[in-house]
Amino acid sequence: MPLWLEIIINVAFSYIASVGFALTINVPRRALHLAGVSGTIGWMVYWFISRAGMGRMLSNLSGAFVIGILGLFFARMKKCPVTVFNIPALVPLVPGVPAYQAVRALVNGDIFEAEASILRVAIVTCAIALGILLSTMVTEMFYRSKRFYRQRRNRL
Amino acid sequence: MDKPNAEFYQEVLDICLTAGRLMIEGGSEMYRVEDTMLRIARNAGIRDPRVFATPTCVFMSLDGGDLSQMKQIRDRNINLELVDRVNELSRRFATKEITINELKRKITEVYYTPAFPLWIQVIGAAALSATLMVLFIDNYDWVDFPAAAIVGALGYLAYVGFKRFTKVRFLSELIAAMVMALVTITITHLFPKMITDNILIGALMTLVPGLAFTNALRDLFMGDLLSGIVRIFEATLTALALGGGVAIVIKFLGA
Repeated sequence: MPLWLEIIINVAFSYIASVGFALTINVPRRALHLAGVSGTIGWMVYWFISRAGMGRMLSNLSGAFVIGILGLFFARMKKCPVTVFNIPALVPLVPGVPAYQAVRALVNGDIFEAEASILRVAIVTCAIALGILLSTMVTEMFYRSKRFYRQRRNRL
Repeated sequence: MDKPNAEFYQEVLDICLTAGRLMIEGGSEMYRVEDTMLRIARNAGIRDPRVFATPTCVFMSLDGGDLSQMKQIRDRNINLELVDRVNELSRRFATKEITINELKRKITEVYYTPAFPLWIQVIGAAALSATLMVLFIDNYDWVDFPAAAIVGALGYLAYVGFKRFTKVRFLSELIAAMVMALVTITITHLFPKMITDNILIGALMTLVPGLAFTNALRDLFMGDLLSGIVRIFEATLTALALGGGVAIVIKFLGA
């Protein structure tokens, strides 16, 4: 399959997935489209970084970081709470495959396999939370420095 | 502004507690809940409001601590429309667009906000499971695509339907996971080309509490240790219910 087709499929499907999840948790109508856009961009960042072979943790962290920044930006634009954009957008990053593999390994009685999968789930979850945290920090710093410079300009 | 007397305080307290309850029921973060309640109280002209919010209860005291009440919260799910509406009302109250009486009336109306109709939610669940299955499995198998959509939709229907009948938490997740596993195994029996694991990974994503986990970690990082721990535990129990449901069926039927 050529690369451009893969990119098109990934963009379209991550958008559909985010909007689909947003429908099941009753996101306000005016935020639906932007939640999908945020999910698409976050997933594409994750996808490219993990394709570049930089590992699970870094790719999830950067995906969540981008989603967090976009969420704060959209929240200021649409005057909605940040969660409205973040929760649907993070759905494609949720570690569903290792979680399922852990259950499957437990059913088969393969304890060591299950332990490895559960550890993988924990690492990915922590990476996502760290990404969101970092994005909150960066945006706060950005707005604070912007306000600082504006005040200084006014004083001069 | 009204004279600050006992009745006025009681009214403000009622409004704030209702707002907090609605936001927690909608799945908001704790610092946002506390922030909104404090804002409403301050904009009503009260000098020293105090708030403590946990996922199961909100406490608030006004008048220097002389008047304090709490409100219990029984059911929590994710309904972001509630959070958004309460936030909007609080903002409009802050800009003096609505008075405190209007705020009181509107906030009791928020509870009856219409959700998306069930068929739209089911379509959302179907689209989500089919597309996420393709994204996760990374080798683009189109064979399982329709099956994942059907299983996701049926599982979500079972979850919503069963949730109305029972008061036991986590039971509806368990039943939904069992329904998903049963349908999937039936489908793979009929069409042996399909893969059970792939279909189930996609379909289970409709109910997976990965976001509850992320929210819980955010609460922890914000310093709301109690809510963070409670939420992590809740998410873990949900995950166990889902995994258990799938495991029981696979173990009995063998797949």
